[in-house]
Amino acid sequence: MTATNNNAQKKILPGHGSGGKLMNDMISGMIKEILGKDSIQIDDSAVLDLSSGKIAFTTDSYTVTPIFFPGGDIGRLAVNGTVNDLAVMGAVPAFLSCSLILEEGFDFESFEKILISMRDAAKEAGVKIVTGDTKVVPNGKGDKIYINTSGIGIFTNEVQRREIRKGDKIIVSGTLGDHGITIMSLRNDLRFSSDLKSDCAPLNGLISEIIAKYPESVRFIRDATRGGLASVLNEITAGKDYSAGIIEDDIPISEEVKGICNLLGLDPLYVANEGKVVIIASPEDAEGIVRIMRNNEYGKDSSIIGEIDSLYPGKVYIKTFIGGKRLLPLLIEEQLPRIC
Amino acid sequence: MNRELVKKLAEVLKNRKLPEEVRIMEVCGTHTAEFFRTGVKDLFPENLILIDGPGCPVCVTPNSYLDLVIEIAKKYNAVLATFGDMIKVPSSYSSLAKEKAEGMDIRIVYSPLDALRMAEENPDREIIFLSVGFETTAPAEAIIIMEAEKKGLTNFSILSCNKLTPPAVDALLSADEVRIDGFIIPGHVSTITGREPWNFIADKYGKPGVISGFESHDLITGVLALLDLLEKKEAVITNEYKIAVRENGNPHALKIIDTVFERCTTEWRGLGEIPGSGLRIRDEYSPFDAMKKFPATPPPVKEHAGCRCGDLLRGVITPPECPLFDKVCSPENAIGPCMVSSEGPCSAYYKYWRK
Repeated sequence: MTATNNNAQKKILPGHGSGGKLMNDMISGMIKEILGKDSIQIDDSAVLDLSSGKIAFTTDSYTVTPIFFPGGDIGRLAVNGTVNDLAVMGAVPAFLSCSLILEEGFDFESFEKILISMRDAAKEAGVKIVTGDTKVVPNGKGDKIYINTSGIGIFTNEVQRREIRKGDKIIVSGTLGDHGITIMSLRNDLRFSSDLKSDCAPLNGLISEIIAKYPESVRFIRDATRGGLASVLNEITAGKDYSAGIIEDDIPISEEVKGICNLLGLDPLYVANEGKVVIIASPEDAEGIVRIMRNNEYGKDSSIIGEIDSLYPGKVYIKTFIGGKRLLPLLIEEQLPRIC
Repeated sequence: MNRELVKKLAEVLKNRKLPEEVRIMEVCGTHTAEFFRTGVKDLFPENLILIDGPGCPVCVTPNSYLDLVIEIAKKYNAVLATFGDMIKVPSSYSSLAKEKAEGMDIRIVYSPLDALRMAEENPDREIIFLSVGFETTAPAEAIIIMEAEKKGLTNFSILSCNKLTPPAVDALLSADEVRIDGFIIPGHVSTITGREPWNFIADKYGKPGVISGFESHDLITGVLALLDLLEKKEAVITNEYKIAVRENGNPHALKIIDTVFERCTTEWRGLGEIPGSGLRIRDEYSPFDAMKKFPATPPPVKEHAGCRCGDLLRGVITPPECPLFDKVCSPENAIGPCMVSSEGPCSAYYKYWRK
């Protein structure tokens, strides 16, 4: 990219969404330059050659303030989020679309950084960006940049939903709450000095390693994004005759996240992650699965944190370190910091 | 504290034998939530009953305050800066959340300093900070008023609904409506007040109390110490939170409160008007007193039919005994503030123990 120096001053103008020369220059001179020549089609659609019978197809829109944060940015988030949604289904993420809504006045320097970050994230996850679109909205009608990515994943072997049974173990792939607390600290100008960063990461590699070694033992995989671990576990147990019990002492949470949550009266078990999976696995192979996970850079702090039992059917509960229990219900809405 | 030691203490509490029912009150809303959150309440021996007290600032704020807030914001087109907890509390006819959805400029802040900064950054707007809290938050609110004066800000004021907790406990005990054998006394409030303001519980009413912190070990040692005092029939107030609470509290903070605020009679939800339990802004600082700066007459107060937050805050009922609990009243459709605030007893029961 040669335009970098100019990009500091250059801004998105209404003309960048007009379909005219400004837009074409931006697409061919910048977007295609970074994301690859096939990322935006001259034709109206990308044509894909798929051999497999079954595919997974998903879409997600990304709006985050601030757009750059320690550990990532909206571009990395938009690629990894969709990659992970495919991966937890057991599919191999293959193709992504990239639809950009840009606000008039958004600077090209940031835009370029985000595109580079999408390119790098796609490369890391092994997916291709094969089609895209850009629109420009007037100043004040957007928040710098919104990204929508849709994704197609291919099933290499037939997946089946396996039944969760009492005695199954609950595994998480690392420390919880890092992404949500990072964003919340920045967004609310909490002015903590902090080494905290988002856990935004592609999880398809980690998941395929697990499925390759233990195809029969994994009952359920889900990435614990919005609503955090507690919300995922509530989805699993709702209306069922079993409960999910987790052990406070065994749940990996960084001291920083604990501290900030304490201060604000937030529960890290409900805070969003962008690079963590929850796995329900058979008791026989749970230890083996955790060993595999710990060898992957995105699963270093993986742990068994609890199990499926019949204590409070349909509910999720936590056993605190002193041995007392309390419920972890589905939250009604976003947590609000308390008064004192 | 050493975790193994705490686990042993937990065993002691779990296995403690009580020959008859013991009824203790935790005054503070943070204690209410922490007893559940830590799992300590789950370890209580069968005969030990925990009664929730009037110590959640949002819960004890009467409808009339929010009615006034909304009336002022409408009449004067002011920006309201508030802690998040207040947003969903129903007023007589509305709530800040509803008003916000209809366009009222309401902003959530994490510290009163954020509100002050907002006033500096928006010199053409009136910023009113909703100052709702107890002894713990009052010093910070006094400081921002002093700061606002120093900076010569003319567009910043606070609407004080600050309250003092010991007079509320006194009112509760003098009403003698429910049996309370002893008290777990708020640790955070006591860091400001010290032990002395609580001595009346022992001296006037012959009941013991223990100042307690908020971690698992604080809660367990607090309860065990209180049970010991009850067993020995010793009516004294002891401090089990020495790491944070000094005998005389924090004289500097008390002086700051006293510089800006003076005591007044104020209304508590459930307890009515209690003399000397409120903090209003002194005349010297009246330019920062939204009550004086923005005269307004809200419509007559209307209580919500069937809401028993008042009874709850006096310890007369527990949340599951309210006919609305988990039927009509839930966090998504809260009828009373005790279901809204994270320190409210209903919210704690709903969240942590709706088996």
